[in-house]
Amino acid sequence: MSEEGVDLKRRNFLTASTAVIGAVGAGFAAVPFVNSWNPSERAKALGAPEEADIGLLAPGGLLRLKWRGKVCWVVNRTEQSLADMQTLTDKLADPNSDVTSQQPDYCKNDTRSIKPQYSVLVGICTHLGCSPTYRPEIAPADLGPDWRGGFFCPCHGSKFDLAGRVYKGVPAPTNLVVPPHQYLSDDVILIGEDGGEA
Amino acid sequence: MSFMSWIDARYPATKVWNEHLAKYYAPKNFNFWYFFGSLAMFILVLQIVTGLWLATFYKPSAEEAFASVEFIMRDVEYGWLLRYLHSTGSSAFFILVYLHMFRGLMYGSFREPRELLWIIGVVIYVVMMATAFMGYLLPWGQMSYWGAQVIVNLFAAVPFGLGEPLSLWIRGDYVVSDATLNRFFALHFLLPFVLVGLVFVHIVALHKVGSNNPDGIEIKNDKDENGIPKDGIPFHPYYSVKDTFGIGVFLIFFLGVVFFWPDVGGLFLEPPNFEPANPLKTPEHIAPVWYFTPFYAMLRAVPNIMNSQFPGVVVMFAGILIFFLLPWLDRSPVKSIRYKGNLFKWALGIFVVSFIVLSWLGLQANTPMNTLMSQIFTTLYFAFFLLMPIYSKLDKTKPVPERVTK
Repeated sequence: MSEEGVDLKRRNFLTASTAVIGAVGAGFAAVPFVNSWNPSERAKALGAPEEADIGLLAPGGLLRLKWRGKVCWVVNRTEQSLADMQTLTDKLADPNSDVTSQQPDYCKNDTRSIKPQYSVLVGICTHLGCSPTYRPEIAPADLGPDWRGGFFCPCHGSKFDLAGRVYKGVPAPTNLVVPPHQYLSDDVILIGEDGGEA
Repeated sequence: MSFMSWIDARYPATKVWNEHLAKYYAPKNFNFWYFFGSLAMFILVLQIVTGLWLATFYKPSAEEAFASVEFIMRDVEYGWLLRYLHSTGSSAFFILVYLHMFRGLMYGSFREPRELLWIIGVVIYVVMMATAFMGYLLPWGQMSYWGAQVIVNLFAAVPFGLGEPLSLWIRGDYVVSDATLNRFFALHFLLPFVLVGLVFVHIVALHKVGSNNPDGIEIKNDKDENGIPKDGIPFHPYYSVKDTFGIGVFLIFFLGVVFFWPDVGGLFLEPPNFEPANPLKTPEHIAPVWYFTPFYAMLRAVPNIMNSQFPGVVVMFAGILIFFLLPWLDRSPVKSIRYKGNLFKWALGIFVVSFIVLSWLGLQANTPMNTLMSQIFTTLYFAFFLLMPIYSKLDKTKPVPERVTK
């Protein structure tokens, strides 16, 4: 075949533009494949708010709930625990809840809660997603004499106080997440929705 | 016209047979360490066959998975054997591949002209790890569940806001769930066939450059008048018979474990995995299966930097990916450990010890002492690679003979 009379510039342009259009088309074709792996409508619907009656939760007790498939805790903190918590400030990485992604604005306070008595937390370690163990006892042998109750992650040893605030020098980088929530009445809590009140 | 010539006129059957078996000349001085490549191929086939059979009974749903595995163990005829062959096979696969890689390190099989052969091998190793990780979720026990939860969350550590959506996309849910199990099953079924393809490419690359040998001598540089390497012998029948014998010996040990000790004291099958997955409760102590523990120990060795665990994740993946660079790190004038000096022998020894100690540390609970040891041995592990350009040059090597030795 003769190359004579062939407009190479035109041929290269056509080859390149065909390749580019083809790549764009492949990109569009990939969208349904990639997006189908996102959480399904059903998984999102299961993320609907979770309602619970916490009136019967004894002081010092912990209630496990499920919201978006994740474990959520409601802890009824005693007066003693609330007082003890305020003595821990020096040992905590973020005692004043300055990392705003970890709680709604209405829980950026000393107790990280709407009502000081009740702590509402997502029970998933901010390190690698294990569920920490509830350790309410004071100064147990394995956690040392300074322990004032809190949560201990068995996977990598992260420690949190009863407001989910992370201790310094542990693998978890941030405080436990406080989910959006509101009280529907004195005893009924709704996790996952705060009525847009921020 | 004979049957074979009819075939050969339409498909290069005899040609392929000769090129890759009957007239593929391999060095005559292969030793014990040259069993593991063919054994690994044997195990890959065994895993595919037992895996296919298990898949005919297994149900990839969060509701039914655990019970269907118990069903295989108790109610399916020989189901226990199929499952124990598969679970022991996965650990055996890693043992064989680690020995196969160690052979390459000892005899310099990654050196020029075998760089690409080595790189394809490392790709095989990475795909194997992905396959094993996804397979480990399928029994839907406590360790399956929380192991997957931790590993998928590693991706959430990617910075610039990309991590969370990425881990969400991998799981298909806010936590590891039915959606995750279903897709991991599909991928666990697919990836072994990708491995078969990669092994094919690995062998094509091997037969292009020719096998290395314990002396690290290129036998192709010394051919007789017929163009056959003087130190070569045809793969078939010499090495095909040797490898078949090797499979027999291997099966004695392998089946010994399958029949008499399938959990290997909690190492091949971990005790918490005999409990169904419970998304509300993490077991007291979790550890990955033994073949991932060196890298898990590296992850735990690195502290948080700037409120992020990303550096630890990077170190962990670097521990695997650094194998890709090996062909360009070794500056020694000789390939084989037989002609390298003491510096290399010490370095390799320290590397092997680091790998084993890190494997052990990855199984242990977190204590300050263990963290410190992880940090020391992670440093030594990387030093083997990163200091190699220096010590391999300083090393006092011995002269390499012309022909292969016994």
